[in-house]
Amino acid sequence: MSGTFLGMPAFPVNAADAVQNSQLRHNLRRATHTIRDKRSRVVAEVPDWAELRSAAKAIKDAALRDLDRHLLRLEETVQAAGGHVHWARDAAEACRIVTDLVRATGETEVVKVKSMATQEIGLNEALADSGIHAYETDLAELIVQLGDDRPSHIVVPAIHRNRAEIREIFLRAMPDASPDLTDDPAALAEAARLHLRQRFLSSKVAISGANFAIAETGTLVVVESEGNGRMCLTLPETLISVVGIEKVLPTWRDLEVFLQLLPRSATGERMNPYTSTWTAATEGQTFHLVLLDNGRTDVLADEVGRQALRCIRCAACLNVCPVYERAGGHAYGSVYPGPIGAILTPQMRGMGTPLDDSLPYASTLCGACYDVCPVAIDIPEVLVHLRDRSSHPRAERAALRAAGWMLARPERLARAQRLAFRLRRLVPRRLPGPLSAWTDTRDLPDIPPESFRDWWKRTEGGTR
Amino acid sequence: MNARDTILRRIRAATADAPPAEAVSRGYRTAGGAVRHEPGEDDLIALFAHRVDDYHASVRRVPAGEAAQAVGAAARERGLTTLAVPPGLPEEWTSGLTAVRLLRDDPPLAPGELDRAGGVITGCAVAIAETGTIVLDAGPGQGRRALTLLPDYHLCVVPADRVVRGVPEAVALLDPRRPQTWISGPSATSDIELDRVEGVHGPRVLDVIILGN
Ligand code: SF4
Repeated sequence: MSGTFLGMPAFPVNAADAVQNSQLRHNLRRATHTIRDKRSRVVAEVPDWAELRSAAKAIKDAALRDLDRHLLRLEETVQAAGGHVHWARDAAEACRIVTDLVRATGETEVVKVKSMATQEIGLNEALADSGIHAYETDLAELIVQLGDDRPSHIVVPAIHRNRAEIREIFLRAMPDASPDLTDDPAALAEAARLHLRQRFLSSKVAISGANFAIAETGTLVVVESEGNGRMCLTLPETLISVVGIEKVLPTWRDLEVFLQLLPRSATGERMNPYTSTWTAATEGQTFHLVLLDNGRTDVLADEVGRQALRCIRCAACLNVCPVYERAGGHAYGSVYPGPIGAILTPQMRGMGTPLDDSLPYASTLCGACYDVCPVAIDIPEVLVHLRDRSSHPRAERAALRAAGWMLARPERLARAQRLAFRLRRLVPRRLPGPLSAWTDTRDLPDIPPESFRDWWKRTEGGTR
Repeated sequence: MNARDTILRRIRAATADAPPAEAVSRGYRTAGGAVRHEPGEDDLIALFAHRVDDYHASVRRVPAGEAAQAVGAAARERGLTTLAVPPGLPEEWTSGLTAVRLLRDDPPLAPGELDRAGGVITGCAVAIAETGTIVLDAGPGQGRRALTLLPDYHLCVVPADRVVRGVPEAVALLDPRRPQTWISGPSATSDIELDRVEGVHGPRVLDVIILGN
């Protein structure tokens, strides 16, 4: 992937561009609505979802509270099982470690499983600089890589491309693609299967991330759909896994919670097709674990913001977000788009650039992201907290803080809505400051004389 | 200071004034806890079969003594001529396969040979009813991980007594030191316009035979 997120303009500029692109908006709307409907159906059939969610929150909080201890335990258990453990303070250090490990094998090609952490550190570019080609093997990542593009969604990264575009990309960049290739998704998937099969069989080195790392046993877990993950984790002689330090879970048993929450939240399936677990040097492989900080300890230091580290990257918050649905993933200028990106990116990178400063405003604070989050991250709370920390004028911060306070709780919202009806002639048509780009492409909706809630109550659901 | 010490020091500084971690309360349905059945789905095996079927994998239930016939029927239906077999698979399961050449993974088959095999037959360590998942842990009759990955067809025989209710029961039975593959339906992708396509890199077809009641 040669696309880079560095030096990107602020969110409102990117979002304004995206909002104009109707193909993108159509794709995004269809995708996010399809996944969220499936998600609600499979979540509704789990009678103890609320209890699982609160256990997940508690497990992650406990893991983060004693993160040093759990990481040391993980190091010990991985080493005891024959694996090697490396620590990386930042992106550059992680890239250097991985590059050196690949070089030591003498290989110049590696296969990769989709991994947010390696995208975050720009590993493919770093490897390319050292003459090592990294082949993405996840279908969506392959589309993104061959199209010289950037991912736009955490779980379905190529969702901004339609089938005709994907066919063109394959015909252009896949030397072995048949000229008769149609744009039927099954045919496109088959082309990817054939394209990668020989590479899987001959690759000596693979690079992965991990969804979870179990401190107690040294076990790593990768959750996937296509089987490209299994190929990479199983066939090559050397496996290098780059894992953020927040991925650690204290015990094997903790998986019983997360393997119920993650698939249902991410793709709306009861279970994803394949989950692989392995403990260090399995079946004779050489195994390296690279533990990555890269700003995570800064997030950990913020009392309110640290809950963002509970994130298991399910993307449920993206799929319900009205801002993401219209702006798309690229506008967020980071590998972490949507509501989670709006709170994670500025904290990890440290605020200061116009993009990172504007991210906490890329939200209407409607709270839908919090409701669906399987680890109960109160994203609106963190957004409001970060707005406070950003470099916008004080008055504006105060106004937005008040808005955040109102929108965070339904009863406050109801009260404020009633107040707003009375004052509606005084409301501006444009939002202030960084949100003005948002309203430049749309008028703020008129405030109706009565809220839906009040109308529903008064008319008993429209029956009167 | 080296990277390890720096990161540990940063973590300790970041969490210094955080309150101690609270004990995790596991109020959800845990292994061995009371089973809350869905109405009409109180038969675990039926639930498992139903959920596997939802993934577009075929399922058949046969009495314990009829494994060989069921395996033979599946092989005929799929037109198999070769089938990879892991060490430790009950001989009886493959005893009805007269027209199929068995490729025993002992010594291990080369990746190319596996890639060309028409399919693979295995047992499983555990199966999860609520999610329609089978779990392989490289135990007898399950083989190494690549065995069920490269052939395009996977026939999995699930003895009924391996079926548990949910994920917590499975996690409690499994040994984390063994490499595991949790399989829920054939490999799939929804990466292109969210159209589900079955079969990308893993086996495109999964057949499940549930043995005994
Ligand atoms: S913040 Fe929550 S909902 Fe969003 S990706 Fe992370 S875990 Fe999923």
